[in-house]
Amino acid sequence: MFNKASKGPLFPYIIWIALFVIAPIVLIVYYSMLDLNGNFTLANYRNFFSPVYLKMTLTSFWYAFLITLFTLLFAYPTAYLLTRTKHKHLWLMLIIIPSWINLLLKTYAFIGIFGLYGPINAFLEVFGLDPQQILFTDFSFIFVSVYIFIPFMIIPIFNSLDKMNPTLVYAARDLGASSFTTFRRVIFPLTIDGVKSGIQVTFIPALSLFMITRLIAGNQVITLGTAIEQQFLVSQNWGMGSTIAVFLIIIMVIIMLLTGQKKGGRIQ
Amino acid sequence: MKKLSTSSKVYLFLIFVVLYAPIFYLIFYSFNSGGSMHNFESFTLEHYNAVFEDSRLITILINTVIVALLSGLIATIIGTLGAIGIVSIKDKKMRKTLLSLNNVLIVSPDVVIGASFLILFTMIGVKLGFTSVLVSHVAFSVPIVVLMVLPKLLEMNTSLIDAARDLGASKRDVLTRVVLPYIQPGIFAGFFLALTYSLDDFAVTFFVTGNGFSTLSIEIYSMARTGITLTVNAISGLVFLVTILVVIGYYFVTNRSKRVNEEVQR
Repeated sequence: MFNKASKGPLFPYIIWIALFVIAPIVLIVYYSMLDLNGNFTLANYRNFFSPVYLKMTLTSFWYAFLITLFTLLFAYPTAYLLTRTKHKHLWLMLIIIPSWINLLLKTYAFIGIFGLYGPINAFLEVFGLDPQQILFTDFSFIFVSVYIFIPFMIIPIFNSLDKMNPTLVYAARDLGASSFTTFRRVIFPLTIDGVKSGIQVTFIPALSLFMITRLIAGNQVITLGTAIEQQFLVSQNWGMGSTIAVFLIIIMVIIMLLTGQKKGGRIQ
Repeated sequence: MKKLSTSSKVYLFLIFVVLYAPIFYLIFYSFNSGGSMHNFESFTLEHYNAVFEDSRLITILINTVIVALLSGLIATIIGTLGAIGIVSIKDKKMRKTLLSLNNVLIVSPDVVIGASFLILFTMIGVKLGFTSVLVSHVAFSVPIVVLMVLPKLLEMNTSLIDAARDLGASKRDVLTRVVLPYIQPGIFAGFFLALTYSLDDFAVTFFVTGNGFSTLSIEIYSMARTGITLTVNAISGLVFLVTILVVIGYYFVTNRSKRVNEEVQR
């Protein structure tokens, strides 16, 4: 069957690609060149390069960068230590389970936790500190985002650490490398692919977050995602929304190329 | 392998505490008779009762489950057929192109998917509501099914198919009696992932749902925007329970199929 090309099964799949992969991209690009009345214009692109939007893009980048950085800083040691535990796959499973709880519920929990009367402020009060406004700050936004993304960063890093041949580490140690040198020269380079895919699954969604910004950052933080949602569903300016989306797609492609892995020819 | 040092254990312990604390915090206060997520007054089940008595909420729950099951099922069919089709393509370039196109929706940000689907549905005149939500969920679940099924197909020994053909099996028999049973674990994994994608999705649904139709994520969002309602806590308690049951069920099913496979191979 594999030899005689049977195109039958491919038919619905090709339709799917045409309708939901190619058509949406074409439509987004098309709409980005329309103004509010549906006339052809490049004004949206001019707008995008105005200081307001450029600043928003930069802040969005900055937040996404911070979120990715902190996620990586916490995820890497976790993944590393997990591979050293006895029942590592069971522990990994326990890391994954929270990621299956609905995103909205987890975000909602933080509204209570960071609230004025929440446990964090109750804890601070024990030390004689006044209740702080934690919700609607940069800190709360970044913390919640890191919390949401951390399992997705741990999984690829865990997998690449798990695949690594441990004798390489022993060899490095036997040859006199310190733990730090071993990590820097042996372990980290060997797991860089896992780190890259972790960055991919964190950075791109972090750029386009809009639900967490609304609930936790209370409109303080505007990311590219928030801007798109705003243009589409609030201002009803689909043209401008599509323009931002076009740039988000371009950024996404650049990140994919930067973090792209040499495919080992599995599918050749 | 060296044993973990105490500081490593403390670190891992803290990570687990931080990961689970918010979830248990929600569930803990779902039993609070006071109306807030601080100072626990006394134990009550009234918030759970409120969930079950609210027929609107029950409708939304049913909608969410129906959309997840239906979209998972349709996506699994399209994706499995697609994967079989991709494997049957001889032209390498063509195959690569299809695979890249397949991955577009996996890496695209939710907002972009939602926005572009909104444009698409408006253009072809699909009314926003159940249909648009269902179709979108099918659309973003198909590629993950393909990715789950493809490795199974690639690792399959082609001589199995040749043997079946030699023994007189028709094309249809080869598909239903040889190929499908072999790739079954991949299909199950794909269906399961499609389910979780659908249940967890917020952003895409938020764009393509109209006024009349709502899923659990959308409903929680609008409830959370108005502040703290312990009904949401009760929902999270139920969701957590269901998740744990599904995890155990999934673990059981995959383990059993693994064991069956091993026995067959012996």
